[in-house]
Amino acid sequence: MVTGHLAQGPTAGSRSRSPSRSFAELAGAVPDPELPVVTLAELGVLRRVTEPEPGHVLVELTPTYTGCPAIEAMSTDIEQALREAGAERVEVRTVLTPPWSSDDITEEGRRKLAAYGIAPPREGARTRGPVLVGLSPTHRVRAGSREEQGPASDPGPGPVHCPHCGSAETTELSRFSSTACKALRRCESCREPFDHFKEV
Amino acid sequence: MSATTPPATLAALPLGDDALILSHRLGEWAGHAPVLEEEVALANIALDLLGQARALYAELADVLGSEDEIAYLREERAFLNCQLVEQPNGDFAHTVVRQLFFSTYQQPLYAQLTPSLPLAAKAVREVAYHRDHAEQWTLRLGDGTEESHARTQRAVDALWRYTGELFRPVEGVDARWEELEEEWDTGIRAVLGQAGLTVPDSPRHGAWSAGAGRQGVHTEPFGRMLAEMQHLHRSHPGATW
Repeated sequence: MVTGHLAQGPTAGSRSRSPSRSFAELAGAVPDPELPVVTLAELGVLRRVTEPEPGHVLVELTPTYTGCPAIEAMSTDIEQALREAGAERVEVRTVLTPPWSSDDITEEGRRKLAAYGIAPPREGARTRGPVLVGLSPTHRVRAGSREEQGPASDPGPGPVHCPHCGSAETTELSRFSSTACKALRRCESCREPFDHFKEV
Repeated sequence: MSATTPPATLAALPLGDDALILSHRLGEWAGHAPVLEEEVALANIALDLLGQARALYAELADVLGSEDEIAYLREERAFLNCQLVEQPNGDFAHTVVRQLFFSTYQQPLYAQLTPSLPLAAKAVREVAYHRDHAEQWTLRLGDGTEESHARTQRAVDALWRYTGELFRPVEGVDARWEELEEEWDTGIRAVLGQAGLTVPDSPRHGAWSAGAGRQGVHTEPFGRMLAEMQHLHRSHPGATW
């Protein structure tokens, strides 16, 4: 803090924002409250950060799932981060359109999720839609079976790989896991259970 | 709401009430579900529905007040949800069949409403998972043991009379109702057929059918559900944590 800033009004005394880090970058760097290994930017939920007037920052945030309870914690965390960086007023708005898709998770986000033990969503959800099991006599579908790969003309999303050993032989145990955005699977090679970020 | 209320606002209440009431019913399974995975699944579906209700109620803020006022301070006759979603959980088969009937209706409805309702494009993808989940369970139960088959058939027979109401036009909801009903009928017959269950031959419309929920007329169990749901808020008005 340069002493000369002290005379500059209500933000004096707060940590000064480095000119190289914009409010958008700071908001994007806030970790997800439920999956702290990825940032909000990597998760793709941060839509827009603007400064309609000096000191007033408007953040547009979109939820992964409609009922995602983390959205309130995200808003609080963003507000705190931006206030610490000198924003006088922070407004966080939730927007629903266009809807978030698991395709919005960045490459870096996918890599971090896998390293954290969560199988990242397969790409192509925005065009293909959710990956459903399809009618079958039991709820379990063998990895790489026809139901998961779709009709012959569509190569489908491919198998879900185990984040621990990399095997493609994995089985869905439950469509809904610890959060609405994840399913519970088990690896048939190393026998470890793991979470899979669902395609939506 | 007055005659000048815009259609999107009129639509928000019946659709929001469907979502809130089914969410509450599913929440009643917390601590009682047959297996842990299913408890988590039902809670997740309930959470998605609660999110839908909140987004829809937010559209009504100028007309009816805050989310909490809309959910907790209205009387029974002011709720416009269909009667299907208020039906008690019953056994697990009842809950599964109720979900199957509702999600098979909600998914194509939201698909149709995608251009006019901001929530619809988002919710339709989530509802696809709800429907899939209900279909998988219907197959396992219908094609399972003699006991599970009998119970599931009983649930199908009991809830059938509440399904006609789903396709009666709702003010403010710009849907192609006949097309919706055909799609529902085809989907349900496919699932029930594959599960070895019999499609009831009783009518969904007319004298023996049920349903005036959209007019605020509800079945007996609804009042008790509402009393439980609203009790805490009414006992401690304005409380926060």
